[in-house]
Amino acid sequence: MHEENDDILEQITSSEYKYGFVTDIEADEAPKGLSEDTVRFISAKKNEPAWMLDYRLKAYRHWLTMEEPKWPNVEYPPINYQDIIYYSAPKQKIAPDSLDDIDPELRKTFEKLGISLNEQKRLTGVAVDAVIDSVSVATTFKEELSKVGVIFCSMSEAIQEHPDLIKKYLGSVVPATDNYFTALNSAVFSDGSFCFIPKGVRCPMELSTYFRINAANTGQFERTLIVAEDEAYVSYLEGCTAPMRDENQLHAAVVEIVAMEKAEVKYSTVQNWYPGDKEGKGGIYNFVTKRGICAGAHAKISWTQVETGSSITWKYPSVILKGDYSIGEFYSVAVTNNFQQADTGTKMVHLGKNTKSRIVSKGISAGKSQNSYRGLVSVAKNAGNARNFSQCDSLLLGDKCGAHTFPYIEVKNNTAVVEHEATTSKIGEDQIFYCNQRGIDTETAVALIVNGFAKEVMNQLPMEFAVEAQKLLAISLEGSVG
Amino acid sequence: MMDATNILKEAFDKQNGAGGNLAEYQQENWNMFSGLGLPAIKHEEWKYTRIRNVFTDKLVINNDNNLSKDALEKLILKGTENANRIVFINGRFDATLSNTTDSAEALCIKPLEAAAGDEDANFVNINLGHSQRYHGDGINALNAAFANGGVYIRVNKGVSLDNPIIIYHISDSSQGLRFSQPRILVNIQEAAQVELIETYINLGGGETLTNEVVEISAEKDAVLHYVKLQHEGEKTNYAGTTHIRQTGKCLTHAVTVTLSGAIVRNNLNMVMEAEHGESHMYGLYLLKGNTLADNHTIVDNAMPHCFSNELYKGIMDDASTGVFNGKIFVRKDAQKTNAYQSNKNILVGENASANTKPQLEILADDVKCSHGCTIGKLDEDALFYLRARGISAENARSMLLHAFAIDIIEQIKNEEIKAYAEQLVAERLSFNI
Amino acid sequence: MLKINNLQASIEEKEILKGINLDIKPGEIHAIMGPNGSGKSTLASVLAGRADYEVTGGTVEFMGKDLLELSPEDRAKEGLFLAFQYPVEIPGVSTTNFIKSAVNEKRKYLGLEPLDAAQFLRNMKEKMKLVEIDQSLLSRSLNEGFSGGEKKRNEIFQMAMLEPKLAILDETDSGLDIDALRIVANGVNQLRTKDNAFLVVTHYQRLLDYIVPDFVHVLYKGRIVRSGTKELAKELEVKGYDFIKAEVDQELA
Repeated sequence: MHEENDDILEQITSSEYKYGFVTDIEADEAPKGLSEDTVRFISAKKNEPAWMLDYRLKAYRHWLTMEEPKWPNVEYPPINYQDIIYYSAPKQKIAPDSLDDIDPELRKTFEKLGISLNEQKRLTGVAVDAVIDSVSVATTFKEELSKVGVIFCSMSEAIQEHPDLIKKYLGSVVPATDNYFTALNSAVFSDGSFCFIPKGVRCPMELSTYFRINAANTGQFERTLIVAEDEAYVSYLEGCTAPMRDENQLHAAVVEIVAMEKAEVKYSTVQNWYPGDKEGKGGIYNFVTKRGICAGAHAKISWTQVETGSSITWKYPSVILKGDYSIGEFYSVAVTNNFQQADTGTKMVHLGKNTKSRIVSKGISAGKSQNSYRGLVSVAKNAGNARNFSQCDSLLLGDKCGAHTFPYIEVKNNTAVVEHEATTSKIGEDQIFYCNQRGIDTETAVALIVNGFAKEVMNQLPMEFAVEAQKLLAISLEGSVG
Repeated sequence: MMDATNILKEAFDKQNGAGGNLAEYQQENWNMFSGLGLPAIKHEEWKYTRIRNVFTDKLVINNDNNLSKDALEKLILKGTENANRIVFINGRFDATLSNTTDSAEALCIKPLEAAAGDEDANFVNINLGHSQRYHGDGINALNAAFANGGVYIRVNKGVSLDNPIIIYHISDSSQGLRFSQPRILVNIQEAAQVELIETYINLGGGETLTNEVVEISAEKDAVLHYVKLQHEGEKTNYAGTTHIRQTGKCLTHAVTVTLSGAIVRNNLNMVMEAEHGESHMYGLYLLKGNTLADNHTIVDNAMPHCFSNELYKGIMDDASTGVFNGKIFVRKDAQKTNAYQSNKNILVGENASANTKPQLEILADDVKCSHGCTIGKLDEDALFYLRARGISAENARSMLLHAFAIDIIEQIKNEEIKAYAEQLVAERLSFNI
Repeated sequence: MLKINNLQASIEEKEILKGINLDIKPGEIHAIMGPNGSGKSTLASVLAGRADYEVTGGTVEFMGKDLLELSPEDRAKEGLFLAFQYPVEIPGVSTTNFIKSAVNEKRKYLGLEPLDAAQFLRNMKEKMKLVEIDQSLLSRSLNEGFSGGEKKRNEIFQMAMLEPKLAILDETDSGLDIDALRIVANGVNQLRTKDNAFLVVTHYQRLLDYIVPDFVHVLYKGRIVRSGTKELAKELEVKGYDFIKAEVDQELA
């Protein structure tokens, strides 16, 4: 039994990353390294107004005074920030006026990834902003969305076209000074997506951004900002892949969400950056800050993430529950295999009265990986009747991996009710045997059991993503039993 | 106000100048302490507990000891007259006030300084300072720098003690902020059985600060029931570590009860170094006023097939704060570990707060580990049920709080101590049926 | 004994009871029946004083006192008993201690001396036979790990110990097999006197075969829409609630 399972584990952990190809396309790059000049170069490339350059320079100067955080439960060699290219844009012959003018090589890239930039070909109503390396190359369904007042465009465009909104909201949830990587991102972010859902509008389709790192030696620093005014609703999807490369690449993104009174934002991520090879060589360092604020009463922000990629993940999508009766949710499946390391979780900060939060985290570790849940639930003195329920479960596949749980709970109000439960277990041999006895092979049985383990989270994903995410889970893990 | 550096230095030089078996060990630790300093709140392990602020130039450190035998008798817990009695005055072991009731063949109690130079020297060498592998901070090193005032306890092979060992820590606070640093090293030999109880008394009505380290090693088939009972009043500051090693398959059981204090920090470690070990950790912190009680526990499963169970409960009234941090480590080879942990808190006072961090670190796959924690208020449905049966709201509350707290007290094995603790808890919660 | 006059109550601003009128005299058994969601359990909870419900209108007089002015515990001490639909599990509180303290709180309220341990035990032994409850159950924590039937029997046992003037049985039959139902009903019948009264809240007629009511009321949409004798319950058994719903909905329309 053991040996057989080991074989299957071996097979699976050697399964190839299927998004690892490189698109051969000419790129317009900044010189390697980071200085004020780099920041000015990026800002100039984008013809940014002076206030934006100011914002970047302030962030950069602050970054210089900061130190990289050492508290996460991950290990990696020091990052040489002078050895990274901070700006890389695919060279297009002419700026595309319409989707039809996009470089066919790029179009092919996205087709290969299963992302169609052709509106007619899309069967389902999902608007896509496609970001490759440092810039957005295409955004679909813009016109249709603008009819109902929804703004969905690249961040670069938003800075030009909607400066008042950007000035008002950029950095309002995640200040540039928040942490080392947000300061870095605020200085050098090159593109990303901006969504604005005006008062009372229910966004008629799912919005999504697809991120792709292509060029070598580059870092990707994108910036996403979602604003939902009173009673607005939007569901937003994010996907990401990168080519297989032997060196590590840095991805330090910032996502901000503002939900006003009775607004609801649902943010789903399927993160599949290149995780590195079997020996732990290469892969993306995914150091991301995601935070939303329920600014008005009865607002709701829901994060769902399926994390299977990256060699290192450091990410805590959080909700500040400021409005009374606001709701925060965090649903996460984090899978680590081979030498991957994940330190991920959430923060639920209860400030308003009658606020509620729910955390469901499912960690699955295989190979020689380390998987940590780190979370904070805090209830402020004035947050009467706050409620939180957290469930953090870990599943271990094989005896060379680790699962860690670091939940912080801080309560300063005596009407609050906070509950946290956590379990760690492995797939039982009796479970597998039971499946085997019913004619299900071990590989399928494990996929079955892992999917069952993660089901509560997978159920939160929009249909669009659920299928992809399930396949991804199976690919990352099928049969890995030690 | 100045910090305590000069006072501590003076006290250290004075006692270490006399030399002795532990002089070298103490010097090493003094050097370590000088390098590390006292833990500040930016130290992750001391995030909520400002013990450093208590170390000021107001500390009183001396070996004055005016307690008479008659005065001591009045302090002895009722019903425990037959117990083996160990007395610390101001953090230093006092052999004349201490008293052994079990036979000399069964139990040996002597100054740590002596044990470091006689047939027990080897044990002392191996075990003294073992807790520093888990608490490599300045406060542990500071205690070690004054280890020569400590006691050594050996329970001989195969002995099941007739009487419990009760350790009385008496601090005289009449001269000001009394600083005491008790050190205890316990050798529980193969198949020996012992009940070890620690309690603390503040004489003089002033402030105290106690920094204690207890290190216990239990061999194969040993059984230890350990109790720490803290109820010495609101002017007491305390930081202490109880470090229990299981060097063979054995059973260790600890109950920590905290009923008062200003700042109270308890570290409790169960280091399970042998297969099939079993450990239990129970804690109750029943707080009022401005008390801050901080319990940090570690269960380190280094070998396969171990079982550990942990339950800590807190009730915070007024502006008190309860802190719990429970770590469970399961090392790479510790397959078939079963480790359970639960922390439950009820916030009663309007300004009360609770901070909890249950932490699992698991590196083996064939394990069953779980932790759970809750912070909340009294169950409204239960309250209503009781009131619907005619029980007043006030009595219903104390009934529920009592029920919540008492199952920790029931874990105390020694009947006299249990009865005493039950009485203290009932009084605190105005519970009477 | 109990006079309910135009009682209205709501929960979280949703009106559940829309004007209940009911008069219960000593010695009587009343049954309240009705489809799910009609307000039956709300009525029971409001009478016992559960804080979740807000009384928005009407009066309730119990033994000559304004019931709505009393705290839940004072209602109990005045002689009102609610057998809960879902008895609460309270870990750590022994059933015996719990009942003893309830009995003595009531005695204190009535100006009586508390029972000593011997008297209490004698009393308890006697009542235990009545509901065929086992001693071992009573030494365990209150309702913790009890089966559904054990919980319900424990409710009836407490009723026997507390000797209420008016007992409200909230869906006491739900989840009981026929033997448990017989035991519970038997207990109720033995406790019946000319001085006390029962209000039996139930969805099914089944229980009323064992506890025979003097009056049956049908609650629907927060009002008593039909009142009659036990024959009404029989009719409901045969026809179901739909015929009454249809009639009432038509009347309302």
